Amino acid sequence: MSDLEQAKRAVVEEFAMFDEWLDKYEYLIELGKQLEEFPVEHKTDDRLIKGCQSRVWLDTTVRDGKLYFKADSDAIITKGIISLLIGVYNGRSAAEIAADDFSFVDAIGLRENLSPTRAGGLASMIATIRREAEANV
Amino acid sequence: MTIEQIRSKFPQLQETVYGKPLVYLDNAATTMRLDASVAKWNEVSLHTNANLHRAVHRMANLATEEYEGARKAVADYLGADSREIVFTSGTTASLNLLAFSLGESGLLKEGDEIIIAESEHHSDIVPWQLLAGRKGLNIKVLPVDENGKTDLSALKRMLSSRTRLCCVAQVSNVLGLVNPVKEIASICHAAGCLLCVDGAQAVAHLRVDVRELDCDFYAFSAHKIYATPGVGVLYGRFSLLQQLAPWQGGGEMIETVKWGGTTFAQPPHRFEAGTQNISGVPALVPALEFLKETLADKELLENQENIKAFLLDELQQIPGLRLYGVPEDPSEKVSLFSFSIDGVHHEDLALILDKMGVAVRSGQMCAEPLMDRFGVTGMLRASFAPYNSLQEAQYFTDSLKKAITMLK
Repeated sequence: MSDLEQAKRAVVEEFAMFDEWLDKYEYLIELGKQLEEFPVEHKTDDRLIKGCQSRVWLDTTVRDGKLYFKADSDAIITKGIISLLIGVYNGRSAAEIAADDFSFVDAIGLRENLSPTRAGGLASMIATIRREAEANV
Repeated sequence: MTIEQIRSKFPQLQETVYGKPLVYLDNAATTMRLDASVAKWNEVSLHTNANLHRAVHRMANLATEEYEGARKAVADYLGADSREIVFTSGTTASLNLLAFSLGESGLLKEGDEIIIAESEHHSDIVPWQLLAGRKGLNIKVLPVDENGKTDLSALKRMLSSRTRLCCVAQVSNVLGLVNPVKEIASICHAAGCLLCVDGAQAVAHLRVDVRELDCDFYAFSAHKIYATPGVGVLYGRFSLLQQLAPWQGGGEMIETVKWGGTTFAQPPHRFEAGTQNISGVPALVPALEFLKETLADKELLENQENIKAFLLDELQQIPGLRLYGVPEDPSEKVSLFSFSIDGVHHEDLALILDKMGVAVRSGQMCAEPLMDRFGVTGMLRASFAPYNSLQEAQYFTDSLKKAITMLK
């Protein structure tokens, strides 16, 4: 199993540990709080992910063909979700990310437990990460 | 009527979400459907269905009787005449109809002014902006103060000889404060200005009489008073409705149709083109009867007052909570509470509360200018109906405190 597959499986298993959705949210909130600080000067419109109800910024840097992400949001659960995605895809090659299907998000049941607007926001986050990867393959 | 008795009329209140009892506090968005209203919808649909006015057959007569009977019931409820009641699809449609028809009537001319309260819902802003764009009108914004109260002295200053119309809600969908419509009407009329009242949030909480309020137009939606969605009302003084141009053209709104020119029916039919909501309109009648009952029921009114007093006190004790629409006296507010909490995003709160079984609204609540006024990107709103209990209010504040602890 590849390292990416292992990282995704770890997230799925982590989520499966919680029976209640309230606890899963608590876990997401913790992930949000753990996210590395995002410089205020990077909170620019070109880093905003469009389609999210709360504001989400994503900053991507490429080093040696690998993508490194930083992100922030003014809503903590949204921050937790982007933190979850970054945790899985950070430091991986553009080609590997571009080829991935992001299906682990469905395996943890995240999509159906968000409001429709939030689910749309999640789709926008995934689309943005994928686009960044494709642009750097 | 006891809480148990009233709750039994709304089957949806028995639902559970995520295994927890549903605590529905989004009544300002839409109320639950009254069983008798849904039953009426069914009865009309299944037993007297036909199109209105147009045919001589028995079913058409019955359907027309139901529909026109509903118009009479609405008129009686509001203290108006049947000819002054126009059925639409909702408050939004009522206001769009009015904005269009006023614009085409010649009553508003280029350079004229419309005053709109800062606390209005987008439905009472955008139709007027569209009209202003088409006709070259100027829009003036009537401010609210820090507590959300409409500034009536500003209104007096703002009215000019060019001001033709003033638009305010009787109750703001964000602030929950009751505007003194009667006083506003007298200020406007003294300056030769018409008054249009958005009653969408008021009808469920206040006994509305349009003659008493002395407004010129009044709009509301059926789905916010326990009836079915897709039905709205526009009240207009008959002498004014007579001067208004048609909105949509089609069947039923005409007098005669000739290639050389068409003449239009008298109000209200002039504004009801095409097939109307023949099932939804009659379903409003049982809802109005029920509404009248709830607004006169001592036990229910006392319960609402207790909830309001409890929340006004309890919410303001939560550290970092900012309540919007703070009344000088509780009677100036309906049981609708919008607030923000320092350092906590409204959407996060709504999501956590949802998982605890509490349905509340979060976001801009279709009042972006008011959000800008208070410098926030959104708020959280809990809005109550007579079927909500004090225990639910307590469960809500307990859940809110837990959610804040989780998020901070």
